[in-house]
Amino acid sequence: MNALVAPEPLSIVLSAEKSALLARLAEGLAAEELYWVAAWSAARAGQAQPGVRRAEATPASAPDAPRLTILYGSQTGNAKRVAEQFASRSEAAGLPVRLARADGYPQRDLAKETHLLVVISTQGDGEPPDDARGFVEFLAGKRAPRLTGLRYAVLGLGDSSYPQFCAVGRQLDERLAELGAARFAPLGEADVDVEAVAKPWSAQALEKAREALASTAPAAARSATVHALPSRGAHSREQPFAAAVLANQRIVSRDSERAVHHIELSLEGSGLRYAPGDALGVWPVNPPALVAQWLQALHLDGAHEVVHEGRSLPLAQWLSRERELTRLTRAFVAAQAAASGHADLMRVLRKENAAPFAELLDSHQPIDLLRRYRAAWRAEELVAALRPLTPRLYSIASSPRAVGEDEVHLTVAKVEYEAFGAPHWGAASAFLAAQAEDARVPVFIEANDRFRLPADDARDVIMIGPGTGVAPFRAFVQDRRETGARGRNWLFFGNRHFTRDFLYQVEWQGALKSGALHRLDLAFSRDTARKVYVQDHVREQGRELYAWLQGGAHLYVCGDANHMAKDVHAALVDIAVAHGGHSPDDARAWLADLLTQGRYARDVY
Amino acid sequence: MAPRLSELEHIKARSRQLRGSIAEGLADPVTGSISEADTKLLKFHGSYQQDDRDLREERRRQKLEPLYAFMLRARLPGGVVTPAQWLVFDRLAADYASSGLRITTRQTFQWHGILKGNLKPTIAAIHHAMASTIAACGDVLRNVVATPLPEQSGLHAQAYAWAAKLSAELAPQTTAYHELWLDGEKLVGEPEPEPLYGKTYLPRKFKIGLAIPPLNDIDVFAQDLGLIAIESDGRLAGFDLAIGGGMGATHGDPTTYPRLAEVIGFVAPEHLREAAEQVIAIQRDWGDRGERKHARLKYTLDHRGTEVFKAELEKRLGFALQPARGFRFDHNGDRYGWTEGEDGRWHLTLHIESGRLLDRGPQRLQSGMRELARVHTGDFRLTCNQNVIIANVQAADRTRIDAIVAAHGMDGYRRQSAVRRHAIACVALPTCGLAMAESERYLPTVLEKLEARLEHHGLLDAPILLRLSGCPNGCSRPYLGEIALVGRAIGRYDLRLGADFSGQRMNVTYRENVDEQAILDALDPLFAAYAAGREPGEGFGDFLWRTGVLAAPAPRPERRIAAEVLA
Ligand code: SRM
Ligand SMILES: Cc1cc2nc3c(=O)[nH]c(=O)nc-3n(C[C@H](O)[C@H](O)[C@H](O)COP(=O)(O)OP(=O)(O)OC[C@H]3O[C@@H](n4cnc5c(N)ncnc54)[C@H](O)[C@@H]3O)c2cc1C
Ligand SMILES: Cc1cc2nc3c(=O)[nH]c(=O)nc-3n(C[C@H](O)[C@H](O)[C@H](O)COP(=O)(O)O)c2cc1C
Ligand code: SF4
Repeated sequence: MNALVAPEPLSIVLSAEKSALLARLAEGLAAEELYWVAAWSAARAGQAQPGVRRAEATPASAPDAPRLTILYGSQTGNAKRVAEQFASRSEAAGLPVRLARADGYPQRDLAKETHLLVVISTQGDGEPPDDARGFVEFLAGKRAPRLTGLRYAVLGLGDSSYPQFCAVGRQLDERLAELGAARFAPLGEADVDVEAVAKPWSAQALEKAREALASTAPAAARSATVHALPSRGAHSREQPFAAAVLANQRIVSRDSERAVHHIELSLEGSGLRYAPGDALGVWPVNPPALVAQWLQALHLDGAHEVVHEGRSLPLAQWLSRERELTRLTRAFVAAQAAASGHADLMRVLRKENAAPFAELLDSHQPIDLLRRYRAAWRAEELVAALRPLTPRLYSIASSPRAVGEDEVHLTVAKVEYEAFGAPHWGAASAFLAAQAEDARVPVFIEANDRFRLPADDARDVIMIGPGTGVAPFRAFVQDRRETGARGRNWLFFGNRHFTRDFLYQVEWQGALKSGALHRLDLAFSRDTARKVYVQDHVREQGRELYAWLQGGAHLYVCGDANHMAKDVHAALVDIAVAHGGHSPDDARAWLADLLTQGRYARDVY
Repeated sequence: MAPRLSELEHIKARSRQLRGSIAEGLADPVTGSISEADTKLLKFHGSYQQDDRDLREERRRQKLEPLYAFMLRARLPGGVVTPAQWLVFDRLAADYASSGLRITTRQTFQWHGILKGNLKPTIAAIHHAMASTIAACGDVLRNVVATPLPEQSGLHAQAYAWAAKLSAELAPQTTAYHELWLDGEKLVGEPEPEPLYGKTYLPRKFKIGLAIPPLNDIDVFAQDLGLIAIESDGRLAGFDLAIGGGMGATHGDPTTYPRLAEVIGFVAPEHLREAAEQVIAIQRDWGDRGERKHARLKYTLDHRGTEVFKAELEKRLGFALQPARGFRFDHNGDRYGWTEGEDGRWHLTLHIESGRLLDRGPQRLQSGMRELARVHTGDFRLTCNQNVIIANVQAADRTRIDAIVAAHGMDGYRRQSAVRRHAIACVALPTCGLAMAESERYLPTVLEKLEARLEHHGLLDAPILLRLSGCPNGCSRPYLGEIALVGRAIGRYDLRLGADFSGQRMNVTYRENVDEQAILDALDPLFAAYAAGREPGEGFGDFLWRTGVLAAPAPRPERRIAAEVLA
C-alpha cells in the first residue's frame, strides 16, 4: 500500500464530503495525473521538498518503454544520495531512468518493471529504513507478484559493526530471485565508508544495466525523468558550506554529567534551505589532541608527506581531516591484528567470538588498540588502512520561519569520556563543542522527507524526544507557532536531572504560557529512586495519547535508537492493546501502518 | 480615612488561611518554583523560596531557569534540641540541603537549598521529630527566643517553659499546614477560624525574646516584645516588659530605622500570656497594613505614642502594669568553654562561625556535632549568637566530649582571637534574596585582616563585638555591634561604631558606603588609640564615646511617618 494513494480510511483525515469530492476528482485519472495531483498537494502544503516532489511526481511511463527504475530506502540519506548519483550518471549515459523513494513507488507498477535497481540501508537491528518498510513488507508478503520478466541489482548499505550487516539488502536480493527475477549485477554491500564500495559497484552496475537495456532511450522517457533529479544547490555533502558559528552555548548546568551545546550557525550566502525535520551534515576535524596521541603512539612524524590515491598530504593532515580516528571497525581491528601479530586480536576476530568482538567495538576506539597492541605502522599503510572521514548528522533544532532562512540551530551532546585511563572524544561533537564564535564549520543540509510536520496544520502532533532527541521538536514547535497551526502540540521530554539537564527549559515554559505548546510530560530518570523514562509517561498517558492518535494526530520519535526508540515502540503497542482493544499483533500492524503512512515517524540514532 | 491595603494583605485575605495554590504549585513539574503569591504564603509554613544567586546569570545563558530551592526554618522555642532531634535534623541536611545545618540568630536551624519536591518529606520528618516549621517566618509570632542559661537550671526551666508556652499558644491555628505537609485531609467549605490572627494575620512579623539578666545574649531590646526575667531568691517573680524593638531599616529612607525596645512595666507570671497576647492583638489592629516598611510595632509606637499604646494595653487587660522592677545586663555575648551548673552538671559552649555546621577541611563541624549527638545524654541549646551549648553533661563524660570536639576541629574557642569568637554574620549571598553585599562568606576574610591590625596593636584578646549584615535589614543585629558592617553593594559597606557590649546602646554610622581598604584604614588608628588609652575593662564602643571619637548621635531622624502611608 502506498502512503499517497490510500493513506488510511479517508474519513479519519478528511470530512465525509471532502473525501467524497476527492474520490470523485480522482476517478479515472491516469497514474501520472494522480502523481501530479499529489505533488501539487504537497506543494500546497508548503513543504514541497525535492524528495517529495521527486518521489510523488515520478511519472509511471508506458510499460513497454524499456527503462531502469531506481528505488531507494534511506534513513539518514546515504542510500538516497547513492541512488541519486546513480540516476544522474545513468541519465548522462543516456539511459532512461525513473528514480523513486520506496514509499513513493506504486507497488502495482512492480509487475511491469523490466529493470530495477535498489539501494537500501539497514536500520535498527536489521530492519528496513522507515521509508522502505511498506515496500519490503510487500515484497516479502504473499501479494508480491511473480517477477520472471525482471532483471535487477541490489546495493545494500550497512555498518559491519552491527551483527545484521546489510541484512535488508541481502533479504531483498534473495527475495527478488525467489520471485523469479534475475540479477544483472551481484549484491553490493557497502560499509560505513559508503563510497568505497558504492563507487565501483555503481560503475560496474551501470555497465551491466547498459548492456541489459536496449540503449535506445525514448526521448519522452528521458525528458520525463529530468524533473526527477534533485535540484542540486551550490553546496552539498561533497561541497559543504563553511558556516560561521553565531553562538556556541552550553545548555546544561555546570554540574551536569554530560555537556550539551546549543550551536547557532549562519547559512548566509550558502543558498542552502531547510525545513523542520531536516538534519545538518557536519564534516568534523578530529581533535588535535587525539591526532597528537596517534602520532605519539605510532612514533610517526606528522609532517611526513603521504601519497594516497594520488593525493599527497602531510600525515597530520590525513589524520585530522581525512580519516576516521574515533570509530572502530572490523576492518581496522583486522589490520591492527595483522600489523601487531597479536594473538588476542586474531582470536577475537574469529566467527565464534562474535560477542566479545561486538563488546570490543563497543568499548574501544582505535587509539586504545594502538596503545595496547603495539605495532609498527608505516604512514602510507596506516592512511590506506583507515576509513575516510565521514560527516555526522545533527537534527536541526530551529525553524527558518522563526530564526530566518540564513540561520540554523543544533543541539549537540559532546561525546567525551574516560576509558583505559585516558580521555576519549567523539570527533564531530567535540569539534562542534570547541568552536568559538566566528569559527567556520563545513556543513550541508540532509533533507529528511520522512520527518515532516503534518501538511494539515489542524492535525495534533505528539513529539517524543528525550535528550538531544528534543532538537527537531524545538524546530517543530517554533514552526507551528509561526504558522499559527491549529492543531495541538504535545511533547514528551526526558533526561537525567531536572535541575541540570532540562534542555531549553525556559523556552518550553514560555511555549506553555503562550499556548505554542499544549502539553509537556517530563521524565527525569536520576531524580527519583525508581528510574522513570519517557516510555513510562507514554504508558501512563496511554488513554489520552491513543485518543489523540485516533483523532488523526501525527506521532514523532527522535533520539536514542538502541533503547529509547524500541521501548517507546513497545509502549505504543501496549497502549493500542490496552486502549484500542487490539490484539498485540493487530497493535503492531496498526503501528506499522502508521509508520508507512508517515503518521508515525522516527529520527533515531 | 479608608485604609489602603498592601498587595500582601489581599493575598493573605484570599488565601483561605494560608492555603492559596501552594499544593498546585508544588505539583507543577515544569518549574522548581511556585507562584509569586504562594511564596508569600509559604513563609507562614516556615519556608522561603530562594535561588542560588551565584548561578543566576550562568543559568540564564544556559536557557535554564534560576536554580530555585527552598530555605526551611524550624521553630525551636528557647533553642533547645534533644540529641534524637539533632540526628534527624542532621540527616535531613545530608539528604536534602545544600549547605549543612545553619544555626540562626534566633537560636533555631535553617536548611538551605531544598528542592521543591523534597520540601514535603523534610517538613514531615521535622514534624515527626516533635518539632515544627510553622510560623517560623511570616506575619505572625516568630520563634520565641530565651537565654539558654544552663547553669541555673531551675530558673532556666521556668523561663524555657514560658518561651515554649507562648510559642505554642500564640501560634496560628490553621490546619493548612497538616493538609499540605502531613497528608491531613483536605479542607472542605469554610476554613477554621484564627482566634488571634483572623483572616489576614499580623501586619508584619512579630518577635518575642526572653532574657535572664545579667545575660542579654538574645538582645532583648531588639525584640518587638522583650521579656526580662525578674528573679527573687531563685524563683521567677515575673517580667519587665520592653516593647517596640527592631533592627530593620532601608538605606536612604529616614522613615525606617533600627530602634531599641522601651520598658513599659512589670507583669507577674500569671498575667504574662494575656499581656503578650494583647500586645500582639493591639499591633494586629493598629499596625500599618498599607506600607509594610512601616508595619512593625516600633513604628506603630512612634506613630501613636508609647503611652497611648500602654493605655490601650491596660484597658484591654483590665488592669494596670506594675512599675518595672529594674535589671542590670552586663553582656550580650556567649561564654565559651565549660561551666558548672548549680546541680553539678557541666555545660560546654562551642563557637560556630556564622552558625554554619558544615564539614570544611579540618573543621568537620557537621560530623562532629553528629558524633556528639550520638553519645550525648543531656540536651543541646542553640544561642542567638549562632553558637551551640552541649548542656547537662555528667562530669564523667567531659573527657569523651572534649575528645570528639577536638577530633573534629571544633575547639577553636580555646585559641581564637576575642573578636573572632564574638563575631556574628548573617547569611546573605548566595541564598538571601535581599543581600546587597557578602556577609557570612566575607566574615573569614575580614576577620583575618582585622586580626592582623589588632595583633599589631596587641589587642588580639580584647573582646570587641563585630557584626556583619549583607543589607540594612539587620539580621545579625548589626546596630548593636561595637563594630558593624552593613552591606550597601558588593564589596561596599557602612561602617558603624560605638554600640556597647550589652545590647543597650546602638552604634552610629562612622563611614558611609566604603570598601574594605577604607574600613581597615578607618579602624587602624582607632585600634591604636584604644590600645593606648583604654581604661581597665573599658569596651571599644564605650571608649570611642568617652574619647569623643563619636559625637553624640544626631537626634534620631524624623519619627513621624509621612501621613499618606498611614492606615
Ligand atoms: C537566618 C537569619 C540570619 C542569620 O544569619 O541567622 C535571617 C535571615 C533572613 N532574614 Fe532576617 N534573619 C534572621 C534574624 C533576623 C533578625 C535578628 C533577630 O530577630 O534577633 C532581624 C532583626 C530584628 C528585626 O526583626 O527587626 C531580622 C530582620 C530581617 C528583616 C527586616 C525586618 C524589618 O521589619 O525591618 C528582613 C526583611 C523583611 O522581613 O522584609 C529579614 C529577612 C530575612 C530573610 C528571610 C531574607 C528574605 O526575607 O528573603 C533572610 C534569609 C537568608 C537566608 O538565606 O537564610 N530579616 N532577621 C536569622 C533567622 C532568625 C530566625 O531563626 O528566625
Ligand atoms: C539523523 C541523525 C540525527 C542526529 N541528531 C543528533 C542531534 O541532534 N544531537 C546529537 O548530539 N547527536 C545527533 N546525532 C548523532 C551524531 O550524528 C553523532 O553520531 C554523535 O554526535 C557522535 O558523533 P561524534 O563524531 O562526536 O562521535 P564519533 O567520533 O562518531 O564516535 C565516538 C566513538 O566513541 C564511542 N563512544 C561514545 N561514547 C562512549 C562511551 N560513553 N563509552 C565508550 N565508547 C563511547 C562511540 O561508539 C564511537 O565509536 C544524530 C545522528 C543521526 C543519524
Ligand atoms: C540506529 C541505527 C541502526 C543501524 N543498524 C544497522 C544494522 O542493523 N545493520 C547494518 O548493517 N547497518 C546498520 N546501521 C548502519 C546504517 O545502515 C548505515 O549508517 C547506512 O550508511 C545508513 O544509510 P542511510 O543513510 O541510507 O539510511 C544502523 C544505523 C543506525 C543509525
Ligand atoms: S541582613 Fe539582609 S542580607 Fe543579611 S540575611 Fe538579612 S536580609 Fe539577607
